[in-house]
Amino acid sequence: MEALKRNWLKFSESKISVIGLVIVSAFLLLAIFGKYMVPYPEHIGSYVDFANAGLAPSSKHLCGTDLMGRDIFSRIIGSFRNTLLMGVIVLCISAPVGFVVGVIAGYNKGKLIDTVLMRITDIFLAIPPLVLALAIASVLEPNLTNSMLAITVMWWPWYARLSYGVTSSLRSENYIIYAELVGAKLPHIIFKEILPNCLSAVLTKMTLDMGYVIIMGATLSYAGLGEQAPKPALGSMISSGVKYMPGQWWLTIFPAIAIILIVLGFNLLGDGISNMLGTEEN
Amino acid sequence: MSKLHVTILKRLGWALVVLFGLSVIIFSLMRIIPGDPARLALGPTVPEEIVEQYRERMHYNDPLPMQYYYWIAGVVKGDLGVSTVTHRSVTKDFSEFLPATLELVIWAGIPPIFFALLLGVLGAMYNNRWPDYIIRFSSYIIIATPAFVWAVLFLLIFGYWFPILPSIGGRISMGYSVPPVTGLMVLDALIDGQSAAAWDAFLHLLLPSLALALGHTMQEARLTRSYMLENAGKDYITMITSQGVPREVINRQFLLKPSVIPTVSIMGLDIAAIFGNAFLVETIFNWPGISRYAMNAILGKDINAVCGVVLLLGVIFILTNLLVDIVVIMLDPRMRQSRSK
Repeated sequence: MEALKRNWLKFSESKISVIGLVIVSAFLLLAIFGKYMVPYPEHIGSYVDFANAGLAPSSKHLCGTDLMGRDIFSRIIGSFRNTLLMGVIVLCISAPVGFVVGVIAGYNKGKLIDTVLMRITDIFLAIPPLVLALAIASVLEPNLTNSMLAITVMWWPWYARLSYGVTSSLRSENYIIYAELVGAKLPHIIFKEILPNCLSAVLTKMTLDMGYVIIMGATLSYAGLGEQAPKPALGSMISSGVKYMPGQWWLTIFPAIAIILIVLGFNLLGDGISNMLGTEEN
Repeated sequence: MSKLHVTILKRLGWALVVLFGLSVIIFSLMRIIPGDPARLALGPTVPEEIVEQYRERMHYNDPLPMQYYYWIAGVVKGDLGVSTVTHRSVTKDFSEFLPATLELVIWAGIPPIFFALLLGVLGAMYNNRWPDYIIRFSSYIIIATPAFVWAVLFLLIFGYWFPILPSIGGRISMGYSVPPVTGLMVLDALIDGQSAAAWDAFLHLLLPSLALALGHTMQEARLTRSYMLENAGKDYITMITSQGVPREVINRQFLLKPSVIPTVSIMGLDIAAIFGNAFLVETIFNWPGISRYAMNAILGKDINAVCGVVLLLGVIFILTNLLVDIVVIMLDPRMRQSRSK
């Protein structure tokens, strides 16, 4: 409890990380309960009302309506759940996978398995992530699950690199050598000795990465390789609005602002957490 | 041979290994596509015998390792297959579309580095005073904005609301004719002595390259700032300060170089991000580059073209990183020692 309080004091030292926390909390709330809070819940799916199509922002429709007459504000909120899912699922798969690869390679530093695993990691890092994600997403059926898969394939190497670095420096620490001497098995060493030391670095990276994963997801969705219509996704809302610029600018501007705010929130929060835990930015 | 040469040769060796791995991944990608590649290439109306002949000719009936061998042997000779969309060889399409993308990526990647370093140094010098606050605050917003959103915003603001810059007009205005030498429009115009055309081409480059450059520039500025501050607290700086060396001299001679090295070493990765983002930015600005070509290939399931592009970008990326590594090794005497053991 005392430690928690001290951490909070350290975290809230910087106003900017508190802002991040507020944005992220609001985003999480809206992602979970947004469906029940928006003014026009039925507009989140396929809904047509041509009488109200293409209306400019007003008090009735805060962000205007799209060409089907759907309320853009409701659709933006409605897309939050998938945006959140994208970030959480991608990171919750790629972080453990990368961790295991990195630890095994780092623990066996200098042996053949280290070289093989880290070269494979390098190969994945050698491809521009968005390019391979686009290629994978295009080979598969375009939908949310496959776009998550494509991003995950590109993401785990970063965690492999990170935990490789930590593990290979811990490798020669005395407590690891003693654990080996008393006959501890590999799983014990990995999960009981090394994992706790990697955890803060991995968790910090996960918060910092949230924003990037969301950007990647939005980019794939902009390219038409994410969630398909009529379900709302921030990227595809922007891409369908571009054709109607500048007349109906609200079709693109508001989803764009939503992306910027969400990513900003996660970046500020991530910075706050990394300052709090005293881990380096890089 | 000096230690430096050995280190560089080792890096070169690794680059080859990585290239091999990349080609295996891309080959597997080509083969996991659901459906018969021969049928996909020829279309549904072609009779089965011809498809079978095609299959035999393309070695699709051979075991996978043999197929890989035939494919990679072709790739080495510059044969990436035929695009099913443009019906031309993928290599030929590349030679047409690549220069435009390279020009964009060069402009988005290289000049902003100097701005990034400048902003980073400014931020560190005015740490926790208003110039630092302004730079940090704007960097948060700028980094949070995806490149394609910048592109859309620029298009809206400078293309429609205040049409002062060319936005969707391709690489150069109508009426100029620049003979291709290097394929880089601004350079070609200068070589040809047409300064007006060079300026026009530069204006066309401005918005798309800015959309690509903003995010990584601010990221690099932040890194430079934090390394400057970190190094400023080190003992050697305290010692030089205590000897009465002026602040500016310390900044310039002792602080800048070690702080810039980590920033330089991540630039290779930034190039990858720029190439990736160029995919959407080129589409938005109607830029006739390889990314727009690849985007159409992706949407049209043109598998030879997609794989060709991924392979090409991977090769460019590996070479850039090799170059960055060598620059870092030359800049940083510590690297030379620890790596050449």
